Formats: sequence, C-alpha cells, structure tokens
Amino acid sequence: MKLIKNAAGRLVPTEINGQEQIPFKGVNKHKPTGYKAKPPIRSCVDYPWDGNKLVKDLKTALKKAGIKDGMTISTHHHFRNGDYVTNMLFDIIHEMGIKNIRWFPSASFPVHQHLIKYLEDGTIHHIEGSMNGPLGKFTSEGKMKGTGVLRSHGGRYQAVQDGEVHIDIAVIAAPTADAFGNATGDRGPAACGPLGFALVDSEYADKVIVVTDNLVPFPCYPWMIQGNNVDYVVKIDSIGDPSKIVSGTTEITKSPDRLLIAEYIAQFLDDAGIMKDGFSFQAGAGGTSLAFIPFLKERMKAKNVKARFVRGGSTKYLVELLNEGFTDYILDGQTFDLEGVKSLRENPNHINTSPFTSYNFHGKGNFASIVDAAILGATEVDINFNANVVTHSDGYLLHGIGGWQNCLYSKCTVLAIPSFRDRIPVIVDEVTTLCGPGELIDVIVTERGIAINPKRKDLLTAVKNSSLPIRDIKDIKKEIDSICGGKPAKPKLNKDKVVAIVKWVDGTVLDSVFQVEN
Amino acid sequence: MIKKISKSSAGKRGDNIRSDCYFEIQLKNSGGIKLDLKSKVEVMYGESIKELILEMCKFFNIKNAKIICEDYGALPFVLAARFELAVKRLFPDSKKEFLLPFLKQNEYSTTKDRLRRTRLYLPGNEPKFFINAGLHSPDGIILDLEDSVAPTEKDAAQLLVRNALRSVDFSCLGEAERSRNGVERMVRINQLPKGLDDLKYIVPHNVHVILIPKCESAEQVKAVEKEVEKLKKLHNIKSEIYFMPIIESALGVIKSYEIASASKNICALAIGLEDYTADIGTQRTNEGRESIFARQMLVNAARAAGIQPIDTVFSDVADMEGLRQSVIEAKSLGFEGKGCIHPRQIPVVHQAFAPTTDEIEKAKKIVLAFEEAEKKGLGVVALGSKMIDPPVVKRAIRTIDLAIKNNLLNKNWKEKQ
Repeated sequence: MKLIKNAAGRLVPTEINGQEQIPFKGVNKHKPTGYKAKPPIRSCVDYPWDGNKLVKDLKTALKKAGIKDGMTISTHHHFRNGDYVTNMLFDIIHEMGIKNIRWFPSASFPVHQHLIKYLEDGTIHHIEGSMNGPLGKFTSEGKMKGTGVLRSHGGRYQAVQDGEVHIDIAVIAAPTADAFGNATGDRGPAACGPLGFALVDSEYADKVIVVTDNLVPFPCYPWMIQGNNVDYVVKIDSIGDPSKIVSGTTEITKSPDRLLIAEYIAQFLDDAGIMKDGFSFQAGAGGTSLAFIPFLKERMKAKNVKARFVRGGSTKYLVELLNEGFTDYILDGQTFDLEGVKSLRENPNHINTSPFTSYNFHGKGNFASIVDAAILGATEVDINFNANVVTHSDGYLLHGIGGWQNCLYSKCTVLAIPSFRDRIPVIVDEVTTLCGPGELIDVIVTERGIAINPKRKDLLTAVKNSSLPIRDIKDIKKEIDSICGGKPAKPKLNKDKVVAIVKWVDGTVLDSVFQVEN
Repeated sequence: MIKKISKSSAGKRGDNIRSDCYFEIQLKNSGGIKLDLKSKVEVMYGESIKELILEMCKFFNIKNAKIICEDYGALPFVLAARFELAVKRLFPDSKKEFLLPFLKQNEYSTTKDRLRRTRLYLPGNEPKFFINAGLHSPDGIILDLEDSVAPTEKDAAQLLVRNALRSVDFSCLGEAERSRNGVERMVRINQLPKGLDDLKYIVPHNVHVILIPKCESAEQVKAVEKEVEKLKKLHNIKSEIYFMPIIESALGVIKSYEIASASKNICALAIGLEDYTADIGTQRTNEGRESIFARQMLVNAARAAGIQPIDTVFSDVADMEGLRQSVIEAKSLGFEGKGCIHPRQIPVVHQAFAPTTDEIEKAKKIVLAFEEAEKKGLGVVALGSKMIDPPVVKRAIRTIDLAIKNNLLNKNWKEKQ
C-alpha cells in the first residue's frame, strides 16, 4: 500500500479497496466539479397499481432486489444498540451464500459484534461507516478483509453524491410504514425519532427495502422516507429493542468533575457574549455536553435571553428549553430519549432534519456554519487543537465520527473533555488519529482550565475579564503530564498496514488508522 | 529485614476499580524479580510502571519475588503506596518508607484564622477522589483516616494519605493565589489512641490541620499535641500545625470549652451530629431541634476560646435546597463553616455563608472609617455618631474578605469608591 503525506502532514494511502483516494488538501480546498451521482430511472407503471409493495419476507425482498456477491448494502443506525434488523439482514445474506458485501451503515454499535463472524467468513468484505466497540477492535487488529472507511454523517451524504459509494440495496428499518413504503420514525413500538440518516440511501440506492414491525394503512405520515423511493416493504415481528433504541430518560452526569466542565461551558458562552438573544447552539447526548444545558438555561433565565434554535441529538433537556420558551425551534437529527421522540411527534417546532439539511458538503450552504456554538467531545486533543474522536491513545479504533466533523464548522466549536481519564492524558503532543484540524477547533474546556485557540483573538479578548480559568493549552498539558508521571508512550502500530481511513467532510483522506501490534 | 510471611497483597481489584491497583508479592528464594503486569494504561505507561516497581524492589531489598500487578490507571503515588503496603504486610516491623518527591507547589502553609467555610471529606483509601478535589475550590480538604476507611484497610489509608500529601496538588491554583488562598490540607486521624499512630504518616508531609474525632477531653488534644511536637522536632518542621477537635458525644459537648482551650494551636471546633444524636439517644432530623443545645454550646465554647465554630456535614447530597437552608441556619447560630461530603455542595455552602448586600455595604463603611481614623492617628473609630469597637472592625474586615471571595465585591473596591 502506497502512503503519501497529505496537507495535514499525515500518511495516507492513495488507493484502498481498489478505489483511488484523494489526500486531504486543507480545509475547504477540495471542491469536486461535474455532476452528482444519480439513481437509475424508474417508472411507476412497473410498481403495483394498488400501492401494495409488501413482499413475504426480507429474503424474498433481497432476492427480488437482485442481491449478489460484492454488492454494497446500506443500513442506518437510528436504532442504535437496539437494532435487530442489521444482524437479521446479514444472517439472511450469509444463509443465501452471498460473499464480499461492502456494508455501508451510517454507524455501527456494539450490538453489531454479531457480524464479526461474517467479517471472518467473507460474507462482509469491509465496513464503510463506523467501526465501534468490538468491530473497532476487530478492525484494529487487522482482521477485516478490506480496509475500513470512516466518514462523518455529512461525509456519507457527500460520498454517495460524489459516486464514491454506490448503494446497490438500501435496507431501511422503519418504526412505522405503509405498504407503499412511506415511513416514519416518530411513532410505533420501536419509535426512534427522525430517520434522516437513511434519507440519502432512499434517494440514491438502486433498490430500497423498508422493513417495519408497525404497518399502517396508507398514508403513513409524516413520510420521513417517501414511498416513491421504495421498491419493497417487509413486515417482521420486531425491528428492535425499544429500551436500547431510546432511553426512558437521559440523565445528566453526576460526576462532579464533568459538572464543573459543564458549568465552565455555560459561563464561557455567557462571558464570551455568545449567549445572546437569537443565538443558537448544538448539544450532543454525551454526559458533559448534556450537562451544560441546565447551567446555560439558568443563565438564559437570569439574563432573559432566548435562543432562535438549538440543534440536537435531542433529549428531554432540549425539549424543556423548547417547552419553556428558551428556544423557538429544535432542529433534530437523532433523538435519544422518549421525551425527545414525543416532542418531535407532537411539537411542530421540533423539526426533523437529515444530514442533507444539516451539513451536506454539496449543499448550497451549510446549517452547521450558521450555528453560534457547538459543544462536542473528543478522545484526544493535541497542543495545536487537532482532535481525535475515533481511536484511543492505545491506538485502538473504538468510535465513529458521527456528525462531529461537520459540526466543527460552527462559529465557535467547543470541545468538552476531561484533561485526563484515570491515567490517560487527553491533551497530548500529537493525536493518534487526526479527525478534526485544529484550525476549526476554537475552545477546549477541561476541569483544569479552558484553552482558547490562539487564532481566535476575538474570543480571547471577549473573555479577558472573565473569572474563568483561561489557560494556555501547553500549560494544561504540562500539568497533566506531571500528574500522570511523564509523557505517555505511543502505541506500537504497524505503519505498513492501514486498517481504516478517516475521510474529511469533502471526501479526501485526512488520516489513516494503523494496525495495532500486540 | 526479618522475613515473617512469604506472600502478601494490597490494593483493590475488580472490573469497577478506577485509578487504583492491586499488588501481590510472593517472596522466593531465587529467580530474581518476576513481574506480571496487567495495566489499563500498559501502552502509555507500562514501562514507567515497571521501572517504578523495580526501583521499589531495590529500595526494599526484595531480590527474589513473584509480583502480580493489576493496574486500573493508578497514578504513581497510588502504585507506590499499594506496593509499599504489600511490602509492609510482609515485613510489619520495617521502618523504611518509600517517598516520592514532595511536590514543590505543596510547600505552602496556613494561618490560624483563615476562612474555613467548607472542608471536603475525601475517604482516605479512595485515590480516585483525590486528584481533582481541589478543582472544586473548597477552603480545605480532609483526607480521612477514620470512619470512611474500613478497619482492615487502615494501614492502606495511612500510606495513601501520606503519599497524597506529598504528590497531590489539592490547591490547583497559580502560585500567587496559593499562598493567600491555597486549599488547607487537613487529615482526620482515627479516634485516640489509634489516632496517635497516624501522626507519623502526616506530620512530616505538610499537613495543615489535624482533625481529632470523638474528642471528649483536653487531655486527648494534649496527647496529640505532644506527639506532633515530638515529630516536628524529629523532622525539623517549622510551620504550624493546627488542631480541629470534633465534638461528637454528650460528654464532648459538656467539655467543649475545656477542649477548645486545650492548646494554642486549636484553630476551630467542629461538631459531628451523626454520632452525637446517637449518643443522646435520638434521631438526626433536617430541622435539627434535637441538636440545638449542642450546637449553641459548641459555638459558645469556640467563641469563648477565640476559635472558629464549625458545623457538621449535610448528608443528603441530592438536596441542595435543604443544604442551603441548613447553612443559613448554621450561619445564624454563629457557625463559620460546614463539612462537605460532595464537591457540588461547596458552591452552595460558600454562597449561603456569603454576606448579604446590606452586610457588605455596612462593612465597607466601617472599614473606610477605620482606615480614616488610623490615618488621622485617632484612637477611636466613629461612624456617624456611633463608636466602633475593634471587634466590629474585625468582623467588617472578615465580611469584606468573604464578599471578595464570593465575587460579590471587587478586590480593588476602595479605589472605586
């Protein structure tokens, strides 16, 4: 495998899985031209006149869709760790004796470790999406046949539009659907909220199969997935475990150190003048990024400030903001708890979004860059503010990128991180894997102080008189190195063996994940 | 060393353990050191852990042994304490102490009358709570060797607390702030006489305040003082070490003045109501009517002895409003501080002890009048038609200090008059 140094100084392959790759050229430097990929022409006369696209079972649907070796099959991750459909799908594919599938999920979860045996026996050739938990470990140890590809949610849309990934068959699990294929995620026994991660699949795949356990008479509305894009509908008993799809309640962290970080974030947004009438922010579902919301709400209340919109990952904490009048809208890409799902279903100001609306690189504008502040996490940050979200300091691949890269485009990107975990420094000299270039990362908030990217002189000036512990990132790093007992050693990696690549939002290769040597 | 037993263990193991480690040492007659290390941070710190263990083997003159180390991300001071404990359990009579370097930033001292609004209890054998404790800005931290440590782990806590006093920066402040405002380093020793044995693990390592639990007589304070003086002399320690007796029984309450005035180095008198209410045969309630006598007695005794009266802990960590009410009540009874068992209680306590706007305004006038009088060389301070006594001035200065610490007043407030 030939590796070259890209514009970020990282070694990346020029070709993987037989596909040519473009090395990262710098932020906003790569702009493909020409025409987007397009799905094949279909005619309504070829579909049932009564609108009934139900077929007997998933195997029949796959057969009708013309499944064969080497195809690309996509799924979505709105069911998170409660997904039954993907594992069932590959059980069937395996039983049919199909090989070398490129699995193209929008993300994977620990529940998908079921698929390791299919990666081992050649049913699945490689994964393009994310390799979380056990799949990440499997990949890191060099056991996957092909090379993995890690993309952001926005980058997944871009990859389809650029023709980098052509989806042969999209399998879309839907909490509620009609026999025509209209589908929604906001109701049904396995309600999950939006279905936006499956939108591009429904629009661009050759064949689209909707799988549901809650078939309703036509029309299923809202039609988050439009039946006009759907070939077959399959009814099964259960598509997922509701308790693992959404939690009954999301709870804010009880860790005093994380609460301290959350409190700092709220104060930072206030002191920096970002929290003002009509502002907007993005909050995730991670412990800390959830925890800052109540602190921010107190400050909004005290200053009589209202947001125009907030972006989720929604949870009951965002729903409270909406219901209590602290924001006009929630723009929601995925929903983490039952209160979020209920609000999405019932409140017209809780708006369903997809990666297309949120942050598609080939969109005519970018919602993510309109957002005043995004509060995100990271596994590592280096002294140049470069950040990692996919590997840990021991070199193992453990997480996907999610919408993280896309959200870096916000006006103020804040990473909420502990400065070290147990004895693992989070602020390091150089990240194990580069996922986000430092020029897009503005503020690091840790329990030991807040570091502002020196490029953001405006922010440094804005908080000059703040009581917050604003510190040089190198100073924080020095402190944690001394606590942890010196600089951490780097993992032993096989630099000849790229097990996965990290794509930037424009489709270029930002970094490589190397095989971990035992 | 005299070999007594050949195998020992120390520390903690299990899936839920964090920031700690487990050691097993089995002495052998030959074969050198065989180290079996499993560490969560093997990649990052495996080598340095091995080096530390080998260094300690050398220090303790262990030449042939099978050593098992299960590490869950323990920091070096924890690894060292656990290993030393395993050695100590093999050689109970050994006097050797393996000391990591004393952190330079821990070399600050304290004063008798500093603010003691909050003191955060840290269970002495739970290292994961140590490292970030200071970030929550308590006035003091208490490394507890007493009730929060299991009887079988008392020896473990002694070493861990000793190492923490040397290696953990509880202040987390810049240098200038530290000397003025550094987190006070307290240790609660065990009930006497056991507590006297704890002193050698803390006195040489810049402990600021020693809490004497279940104190019932002046003699107990004097016994601690005597042992501390002996150790100070032995280790050539010049800085002051203060005492905070904790009154936790009916007898202690009755003897509170005698206790409060037992030594010039007593800085405060604290009350512990869990044990006290049990001792008088009642239940502890949020309203606290059952302890009103004891609390008032304690405030009175402390004031009579010229030291600070400090209130008990509030045990429901989820009930912040209840905590706030209890601090307001404590303040009204004359208490100056409160024990905290969770970092989130600290800001609530600080806020509730903070002076009100009226109190601050009044204090500003008094301080200015006092300074004006001093400037003019007047012996008597007057505000309007009222004479102001020195204690009133002292209280006003304290109010201003509190106001500044609570961000209610700019520290340059005089310039802005």
